[in-house]
Amino acid sequence: MSKQLQVAAIQNGTVIDHIPNEKLVEVVRLLHLERLPNSSIMIGYNLNSEQLGHKSLIKVSNHYFSKEELDTLCIAIPNATLSIIEDYQIKEKRAFDMPSDFDNIVVCPNPMCITNNEPMPTKFHYCADKKVLKCHYCGKEVETDEVRFTK
Amino acid sequence: MENNSLVSIANLSGEQLKYLLAMGREFEKCPNRKILDGKLVATLFFEPSTRTRLSFETAANRLGARVIGFTDPKVTSSTKGETLKDTIMMVSNYADVIVMRHYLEGAALWATEVSPVPIVNAGDGSNQHPTQTLLDLYTIQQTQGRLEDLNICIVGDLKYGRTVHSLIMAMRHFNPKFQFVAPRELSLPEEYKRYCQEQHISFEETERFDSSSIADADIIYMTRVQRERFTDLMEYERVKDVYILQRDMLGQTKDNMKILHPLPRVNEIAQDVDDDPHAYYFQQAKNGLYMREAVLCNALGYTLDDVRVEK
Repeated sequence: MSKQLQVAAIQNGTVIDHIPNEKLVEVVRLLHLERLPNSSIMIGYNLNSEQLGHKSLIKVSNHYFSKEELDTLCIAIPNATLSIIEDYQIKEKRAFDMPSDFDNIVVCPNPMCITNNEPMPTKFHYCADKKVLKCHYCGKEVETDEVRFTK
Repeated sequence: MENNSLVSIANLSGEQLKYLLAMGREFEKCPNRKILDGKLVATLFFEPSTRTRLSFETAANRLGARVIGFTDPKVTSSTKGETLKDTIMMVSNYADVIVMRHYLEGAALWATEVSPVPIVNAGDGSNQHPTQTLLDLYTIQQTQGRLEDLNICIVGDLKYGRTVHSLIMAMRHFNPKFQFVAPRELSLPEEYKRYCQEQHISFEETERFDSSSIADADIIYMTRVQRERFTDLMEYERVKDVYILQRDMLGQTKDNMKILHPLPRVNEIAQDVDDDPHAYYFQQAKNGLYMREAVLCNALGYTLDDVRVEK
């Protein structure tokens, strides 16, 4: 099988790999890629993947995402991988670690929750045993694949 | 208890619960004391609740505190769009402690995060109403002499009943055995059954409510089956008279058994049960006064030793 890259390499920046195809558009939106004027961005869609069959990936040159942005991706694409590239080499490669707390990232699905009725940040705790996010204020639990994001 | 606020029963340990109950006992011995002379208690009721408000205001007045507040949010700036945070910040300039009832879930926790003075949650939507649970525990201990190893039969609306869910959570420290009696539509939600299993609380569920289903109970906790809770009104018509406690059902019950109810009652306990020695719901409501005196003192930093009648 050819080892040729399906998407061109970047010298410095971030690669997000193993994105399920159906999540690609959401990831582009969550990362606000349209707001990165100084980066070349390459998006690969429906690429061959040994792991997933088909996958998507995003390569962003000269940009490293904030913790808040990466926390958002933990929920949206928990099985994806993140690589930091320096001088064409992978400096760091890791899975997304689910943080225990999510500050102002997730919208509470409970319409009677104070966070949906007051100008205030939301706060969720991740319950690893049940694989759900729990609202710090009203206690409502939400499955990670049913999450709505604040931004 | 972060900054002595009381938001939820869920985070209190068995020791913390017993400590507050012990404080309550001191106020039962002597409810009229000037411990809070010179203090100011604000009661902010963003949702009307006459009975809870009267109980808190009575507690404050019997301790010598003065009370400010509102009973109807229509007369406040919240109808003009003022945020809860702004209301709390404003009132905390005046009062030493804020008692609040709000229609939104999580409102009390948010208030504790913005308020420089302690908050006492008097109910936030369908979320928490910790002083109701405290007075329930107080009454159970008062009538049984203990909290441990009791058979508690909870009847009625176990699906939406906030007091029921909080009681289950609070009793987890005391090895209870629950019997949940409810029509299918109002049975205990799966998450609370899971909670019982995780906490190793033994329970049985039944739809049947008759003299045999309450024979082993130390406590019967009645709640109201409300028509508006049913999606299927035929089902409501079928069960509406089933979950009514009648005096003739009490023949086989244990001598120590007491009947509790968070009140208000409509028809789920027949009027003639009131005269039965097992009926205890009016004394239970009275215990709300002692527990709210305890909660106000605790919120303001007074300890059990501070409030002991005999030092």
